[in-house]
Amino acid sequence: MVENRPFATFLTHLVLVLGVIAIALPVWITFVAATHDPLRMGQAPLPMWPGDHFLTNMKQTLFGSGLSGTEGAPVWLMLLNSLAMALMISTGKIIISLLSAFAIVYFKFPFRMTFFWMIFITLMLPVEVRILPTFEVVADLGMLNSYWGLSVPLIASATATFMFRQVFLTVPDEMLESARIDGAGPLRFFFDILLPLSRTNIAALFVILFIYGWNQYLWPLLITTDTSMTTIVMSIKQMLEAAEQSPQWNIIMATALLAMIPPVFVVIAMQKLFVQGLTETDK
Amino acid sequence: MSIKSILSASAVVAVAGSTAFAETEIQWWHAMGGTNGERVNKIAEDFNASQDEYKVVPVYKGNYTETMTAAIAAFRAKEHPEIVQVFEVGTATMMAAKGAVYPVEQLMKDAGEPFDGDAFLPAVVSYYETPEGELLSMPFNSSTPVLWYNKDALDAAGADVPTTWEEVRTASQKLVDNGMKCGVSFGYQSWVMIENFSAWHNLPSGTKENGFGGFDTELTFNNDKVAARLDDIADMGKEGLFVYGGRRGDSLPMFTNGDCGMWMNSSAYYGSISEQADFEFGQTMLPLDTKIADAPQNSIIGGATLWVLAGHDEEEYKGTAKFLSYLSSPEVQAWWHQETGYVPITTAAYELSKEQGFYEKNPGTDIAIKQLSLNTPTANSRGIRYGNFVQIRDVINEELEALWGGEKTAKEALDAAVERGNDLLRRFERSAK
Amino acid sequence: MLKRVHFPSSLLPYLLVAPQIIITLVFFLWPASQAMYQSFLIEDAFGLGTEFVWFENFEQLLTDSHYLASFQRTAVFSLLVAALSMGTALILAGFAQRVVRGAMFYRTLLIWPYAVAPVLAGALWVFMFNPTLGIFPYFLEMVGITWNHYLSGNQAMALVIMAAAWKQVAYNFLFYLAAMQSIPNSVIEAAAIDGAGPARRFWTIIFPLISPTTFFLLVINMVYAFFETFGIIHAVTQGGPGTSTTILVYKVFNDGFVGLDLGGSAAQSVVLMVLVIAMTVVQFRFVERKVEY
Repeated sequence: MVENRPFATFLTHLVLVLGVIAIALPVWITFVAATHDPLRMGQAPLPMWPGDHFLTNMKQTLFGSGLSGTEGAPVWLMLLNSLAMALMISTGKIIISLLSAFAIVYFKFPFRMTFFWMIFITLMLPVEVRILPTFEVVADLGMLNSYWGLSVPLIASATATFMFRQVFLTVPDEMLESARIDGAGPLRFFFDILLPLSRTNIAALFVILFIYGWNQYLWPLLITTDTSMTTIVMSIKQMLEAAEQSPQWNIIMATALLAMIPPVFVVIAMQKLFVQGLTETDK
Repeated sequence: MSIKSILSASAVVAVAGSTAFAETEIQWWHAMGGTNGERVNKIAEDFNASQDEYKVVPVYKGNYTETMTAAIAAFRAKEHPEIVQVFEVGTATMMAAKGAVYPVEQLMKDAGEPFDGDAFLPAVVSYYETPEGELLSMPFNSSTPVLWYNKDALDAAGADVPTTWEEVRTASQKLVDNGMKCGVSFGYQSWVMIENFSAWHNLPSGTKENGFGGFDTELTFNNDKVAARLDDIADMGKEGLFVYGGRRGDSLPMFTNGDCGMWMNSSAYYGSISEQADFEFGQTMLPLDTKIADAPQNSIIGGATLWVLAGHDEEEYKGTAKFLSYLSSPEVQAWWHQETGYVPITTAAYELSKEQGFYEKNPGTDIAIKQLSLNTPTANSRGIRYGNFVQIRDVINEELEALWGGEKTAKEALDAAVERGNDLLRRFERSAK
Repeated sequence: MLKRVHFPSSLLPYLLVAPQIIITLVFFLWPASQAMYQSFLIEDAFGLGTEFVWFENFEQLLTDSHYLASFQRTAVFSLLVAALSMGTALILAGFAQRVVRGAMFYRTLLIWPYAVAPVLAGALWVFMFNPTLGIFPYFLEMVGITWNHYLSGNQAMALVIMAAAWKQVAYNFLFYLAAMQSIPNSVIEAAAIDGAGPARRFWTIIFPLISPTTFFLLVINMVYAFFETFGIIHAVTQGGPGTSTTILVYKVFNDGFVGLDLGGSAAQSVVLMVLVIAMTVVQFRFVERKVEY
């Protein structure tokens, strides 16, 4: 630091701690809600401090049927489904985008710009907006109730391609020149030079896409009819709206906690690469 | 492929025992979450255990709209279930889809299942019949709005259980004077305050027998009588006697927490209220607006019915018919009624519950049935059949919220709702030819 | 755009773009063209009765005051979400970069709401602000504020904005912190020697230097608020009360998925698609120029 003033340092930490508390508060309340019995969760004001039903609730959530009435879909299976979906979306999208960005940046070929724009108009438009026509395509292809149907349609987006294109454009041309002098073909150049250079970006994208995939709910709701394909976020949304019943907050919040753990773990575990990959290129 | 096969293998393990060999599978998509979902599963399990030719597979598809949209999307893709639970708001949409639904009465006849239309409670089935009296879908979970009251609070405030709107006002005043945050609130406002309010006072809410007579119906609930009632409620809001607590059942905690002494909403909240209220509560019939009528007509139902979708084979329909017979048997209906608070669909189930002494043990639980069968339904109190009704209810929600928020008068809000609603009806009329 | 030095044309580039092109064609362009076709139809939900009506759905949209109001509302919502989440992130990052040790610690504690599903975030906030049960209405009551987002459109809007901004603070914080940490220490030291206090240094030196980041984040946050807050709205207000929180994306969903008005909803999708393509082109040109110069 430039100078050392105890009061300034105190103020700094105070603001940061307050910030952390404000950010963490919703999750603290989630946790508290998961530690009380259903009766307490119907009384105002809701508690701020944990009760003693955490284990009971967790047991009911994990090993009972929860409360969603979804026959035969225990929470661990939902977690597994979410994991499969998130992994397929993240790896699938990274692979196809790396390849297409490589082709568009490093090759000159007829229809290059056509392909480029075809990919790029898919940027940003969320699946919710075109959900019914997309559903029909997936159904026609017989992909309902499958991991393919859950993940592949969500891979159709240009964000990752856009990002890799930016990364590749910043790679100095000398790299390619010297690689060609060494007699490296396109694929060797791709694997030996481009991939290692994009390491942090791949990591950052993995985090973003994993979270994106994990957090889907409307799409899984529509395309799974087999309860063994239920994903966890979708089940929480369903629990919130049981007809003519009040929501059982203790179980919903216990499930919500479980649903948060994997993506939060991924973000925190890959924090360093994530931050580097995000902030060092694409601005 | 590998991830899929590994995971689906584990999925198979997880639902082990559900693999059927010679049984014909019947898919039943429903919107019953929570404990009611467990009860749905029990009905299916019991049916499956009672015979070995058919296997009903209940699938929870989310809330009512999600279930209906999922089934329609699946129908367009030819992947639809045999049975789908559709809320009463979707009735016109389902009915208009002539090639898509298999009328229940027809199905029963074709499958040779005994079916007696007279066995059903008229107020329950009339909502789902064609003008010729053919039953289109099987009522499953039906309820009607009642007035819930906090007996302890009313007693403490020295107020009586109200039977008219004037008494609702005085009781609310006493409750608030006695320290409560509000006197009265309600949920599902279109259903309770427009559709049922009109039926209860034998007023039409639209032309053509509330839409039963044809798709060229027009909304008419923007009459002075409804407007006067709503204006009075809005005034009660300004005086702190009425507090608006959201759409659907969002305002339930206001009642169970003792904020509001009275709450108008579905009789099916019995389970939730008895779980959460730590006071003595009761239910009574909807209040009467004495400026409009001297005696109430009858209320109309809400909830959902089971529709059978077209395009499956004969064997599956046989099983479907058998299952619907099972479902409407007095024993199953009485059990379902007593467990959930939904009304029974047959007279036999009602009689059986009486015999079993259910209403003596649980006073008030027969209010809904009494209210529904108070009089023979008229053209105004038979039910509602408007197309695009999901959106029309949204419009009504939006306009009433403008009224509660003080942005519009009742007349302005109702006029706007009717105008926007009629546009939606015309669009529906064009699509449903 | 293209590298000056590049590989010659062969079959290889086609193979490389093939997976993405096929997926885009099958799962994006085809459904999008279906949506475009549907926007010219009035159709019943089951697809049994169809009438071709040319631009009637669009005419209806453009004369519908509720639709036009939804544009304005979306803009206000997006701006406020961006302002709130960026403002909070800027303050936190400004303090965090002063911390020599522990900046990473705070970063870890601030980063994770980014991972929480929008619909889940919505559920948490609506739970905390439930007018009867929630903790915040209870505290607000003590200071004389009655919280009822079921009745008050402004409170409902405030609630969805808070929930949406909460999720996005982490992302903005990361970028701001990285940008501030890349400012050379010598610049700040020079200012300190000139006698500028921490607050003045922040406003006169740091803030102008990170303005490109601010601009970039503004775009990102607006896009986020525009398109990705759908789950939050769905869980918190369902667009109400009245239409006070019905933003464009939610309206498309509600008219199509809930209301089953496929033609009207498809027409809105087409309007959104045109909007998105226009935004993409603008953004693309902007980024392109930045890379070249």
